[in-house]
Amino acid sequence: MIPVMNSEKPIIIVKDLVKKFDSFVANDHLTFEVKQGEIFGFLGANGAGKTTAIRILCGLSSPTSGQISVAGFDAYHQADKIKKNIGYMSQKFSLYEDLTVVENIRLYGGIYGISRKEINVRTQELVEKLGIAAVQNKLIKDLPLGWRQKLAFSVAVFHHPKIVFLDEPTGGVDPITRRQFWDMIYEAAHEGITVFVTTHYMDEAEYCDRVSIMVDGKIVALDTPANLKTTFGVQSINEVFLKLARN
Amino acid sequence: MKTILFLLQKEFIQIFRNKAMIPIIFFVPIFQLIILVHAATFEMKNIRLYVVDNDLSSTSRQMVSKFEGSPFFKIEGRSFSSQTAEEELKHGQADIILQIPEGFEKNLVKEGKDEVQLIINAINGTTAGLTYAYATNVIADYNRQIMVKSVGMSPEGISKTIAITQSFWYNPELNYKTFMVPGILVLLVTIISLMLSSMNVVREKEIGTIEQINVTPIRKYQFIMGKLLPTWVIAMFELAFGLTLGKLLFNIPMIGNLWLIFMVASVYIVVILAIGLLVSTITNTQQQAMFISFFFMMIFILMGGLFTSVENMPVWAQYLDKLNPVAYFIKIIRMVLLKGSSFADFKNEFFSLVIYAIVMFSLAVRRYRKTI
Amino acid sequence: MKGFIIKEFYHIFRDFRTLIILFGIPVVQLMLFGFVVTNEIKDAKIAIYDQSKDQVTQKITQKLLSSGYFLLDKNIKNYSEIESCFKEGNIKEVIVFESDFARKLEKEGKANMQLIADASDPNTANLLVNYTRAIINNYVAEMAPQAKIPLQIIPQVRMQYNPNLKGVFMFVPGIMAMLLMLISAMLTSISITREKELGTMEILLVSPLRPIQIIVGKVLPYVLLSFVNAVIILLIGNFIFEVPIQGSIILLLAESVLFIMVALSLGILISTLTNSQQVAMMISLVALMLPTILLSGFIFPIENMPVVLQALCQFMPPKWFITIIKSIMLKGVGLGYIWKETLVLVIMMSVFILLSVRKFKVRLE
Repeated sequence: MIPVMNSEKPIIIVKDLVKKFDSFVANDHLTFEVKQGEIFGFLGANGAGKTTAIRILCGLSSPTSGQISVAGFDAYHQADKIKKNIGYMSQKFSLYEDLTVVENIRLYGGIYGISRKEINVRTQELVEKLGIAAVQNKLIKDLPLGWRQKLAFSVAVFHHPKIVFLDEPTGGVDPITRRQFWDMIYEAAHEGITVFVTTHYMDEAEYCDRVSIMVDGKIVALDTPANLKTTFGVQSINEVFLKLARN
Repeated sequence: MKTILFLLQKEFIQIFRNKAMIPIIFFVPIFQLIILVHAATFEMKNIRLYVVDNDLSSTSRQMVSKFEGSPFFKIEGRSFSSQTAEEELKHGQADIILQIPEGFEKNLVKEGKDEVQLIINAINGTTAGLTYAYATNVIADYNRQIMVKSVGMSPEGISKTIAITQSFWYNPELNYKTFMVPGILVLLVTIISLMLSSMNVVREKEIGTIEQINVTPIRKYQFIMGKLLPTWVIAMFELAFGLTLGKLLFNIPMIGNLWLIFMVASVYIVVILAIGLLVSTITNTQQQAMFISFFFMMIFILMGGLFTSVENMPVWAQYLDKLNPVAYFIKIIRMVLLKGSSFADFKNEFFSLVIYAIVMFSLAVRRYRKTI
Repeated sequence: MKGFIIKEFYHIFRDFRTLIILFGIPVVQLMLFGFVVTNEIKDAKIAIYDQSKDQVTQKITQKLLSSGYFLLDKNIKNYSEIESCFKEGNIKEVIVFESDFARKLEKEGKANMQLIADASDPNTANLLVNYTRAIINNYVAEMAPQAKIPLQIIPQVRMQYNPNLKGVFMFVPGIMAMLLMLISAMLTSISITREKELGTMEILLVSPLRPIQIIVGKVLPYVLLSFVNAVIILLIGNFIFEVPIQGSIILLLAESVLFIMVALSLGILISTLTNSQQVAMMISLVALMLPTILLSGFIFPIENMPVVLQALCQFMPPKWFITIIKSIMLKGVGLGYIWKETLVLVIMMSVFILLSVRKFKVRLE
């Protein structure tokens, strides 16, 4: 089912974002917008500057210059309001390894201000949906990677944020698990959550509504996957990327 | 506010799930108190005495048996050769040599005086000094004995004298343990607080979960409270546990009001936690955190009056010590436990600690906000 | 393998903070023990309760105060003040002269004094009282030099190996032992377990490098670090604190290398016991550092400890090392005197290595 998009007001607005580390320019005048409810893919090779950018959008690091607005709030001055409205899943799937599934959920639920009763309700729903009733009281470190990944995502959207930022969420798992994961992303988008995902798996671009491709800190392409393939006259996003990278 | 409760819940679960924690919390204080207190003593006994008696008169033999009867000395061996004796010293088999020259008894009677030689292994200057004092005391006692017997009167009858009586207050038996245990309690509380607070935050940095936390709307002060409060609780518990052990194992005096100690401790622990937090903002790995904590702790403790008195330090060091929270707490805890001092007696030190706590904590929080 | 060793060096030198601390610790400790921490009494605050205030008491007071040991803080007027003096925490001793002091001394030949010391620090109290007594006795002796006392036994003392009773001699060997233990044992164990924790150990095990090469590669930089540090300590001890090196320097360095090996083998053993850095750290701290400081004879002499603890001390490698070092440096002895202790260290090293190898093999199976 095609997700419903509210294309009137972009939920992320970035203008001329620059991030420098001493003299190294990691993000070079990035300009783009993300529409509400869309799945936005932020592609690029390793080291292109994706993680740097996403961390700035999440409020984990501050930009050198540029205008940034996330969920209607200014990233410089209203960072705490932004944080209430976003979810985040890092490359390391950062759940606490020495806490159980349920304990992790409860912690993050509480942090986002959900009442204990509501936490319990949603936890039950989540457990049923993922089919993890058998392992809900197991420590995270005892779970296989694929499960941890799905859990991390679930925790990231547990509080129904407006946007969820995913930083290389599918690293290291088998193709089937990756497919299942993207099913979860679709579901979230269907519920109206905007998904901002970075990845270096070019085939995952096909799953997004729009993608941007970064090379050496600059955005060199921004469009729907279909349009990009047409523009460059190729069959896959991978080939689009190779063409861009060669220039 | 509720956020902090959730954080506390998580912290406590993590701490107690950590299998190493429980033994550390219980085992370390017991270990420290038992071993440290018994090991840390300057009391002397069984000083190994080697006798070279070249006179073999009744006088010399009696003097030697006086040494034998002394609780401080133990006769390690005898011979006629001073060379053999010095070999023993070199080999580390003896601590002190007593050499009585030939003709000792005769000279005492004829000339009215004679010399004996004491050769002491002085590598440890402090014990050598004490050994010397004890040995000369034994000799002086013996001297008095033979004088009274032969002359019929003690030296006092011959000339004017000042009679000195001494009394030791608060610790009449000069029990070194009474001195050590309060200090070790401070050590205990300090180590636990510092280690836990500095390594705890760094661990999250090392693993990466701190990023996840930073993305959430948790305010920094909530996170810090969540991290430090459990440590504070554990440290207070350690203090109580340690005091109980101190009473049970060593029967240390507890003359003053224990609540005063807990009151001071609650502020003191905040100081240490703040230092730990500060350390965590300047390190990236647990190893670094541990090392830096160890380094500062070592300085604080050595200069804090645990083993040696603060007043013996040079003046400039005593000034520096004003920045040493350990010194304050050790002083206060000894004053309250052993002398029953009241709040008025240490209010200056207490307020210094309060100011220290406020300053350190603000510094730590500010640095934390900027870097983590 | 050379590349591996170089990588290890990079690891260490890039960890600037740890490095500074590593070189800082011995220097700071030497300074502390050398200049700051001491048992010697100086300018101790006292109070005087002079019920007489005559010439004699003034003279004695003068003598006391000019000795350098005491500093007059208060003159008190009655007994009840004594308690508050002590409770305030600064005054360590109260000296009491009885009334009519000079007269009693002259007419009756005897006058009374009381020394009341705050024995919450028993060591200081003991020393203070003894010093006070000595000064007073000195005054008495000066008072009546013409009295002929028969049968005087006069002890002559020679303080062997350390005529000036310098405290330094005790702690330079101790600091060396502590530091070598810290670097060679603790850091090594942490370094190895860190590789295990990060998972890079497996990569190494799969490589053409043999396990023994991995261990040697890991350990070599720490050997060098320890050695350099030990030399620095010796130099500072010798040049700044004038601790002599009576015996052979070569023997000294050789024994140091031996001890480094013992510490290393201990560190390796610890690393086989756990995969977690934290646990390695804890074990190192509790089982290595604390005993090294407390039970090795570093600060507290072993002979004064209860028998049980003395027995425990025999199992501590630093204890043997400190004995060896002290003997070489201060007594100037050769191997002939310390072969026993050296043998003990060699045996300990062999045992540790054997245990490590066995544990290592078990793990791989």
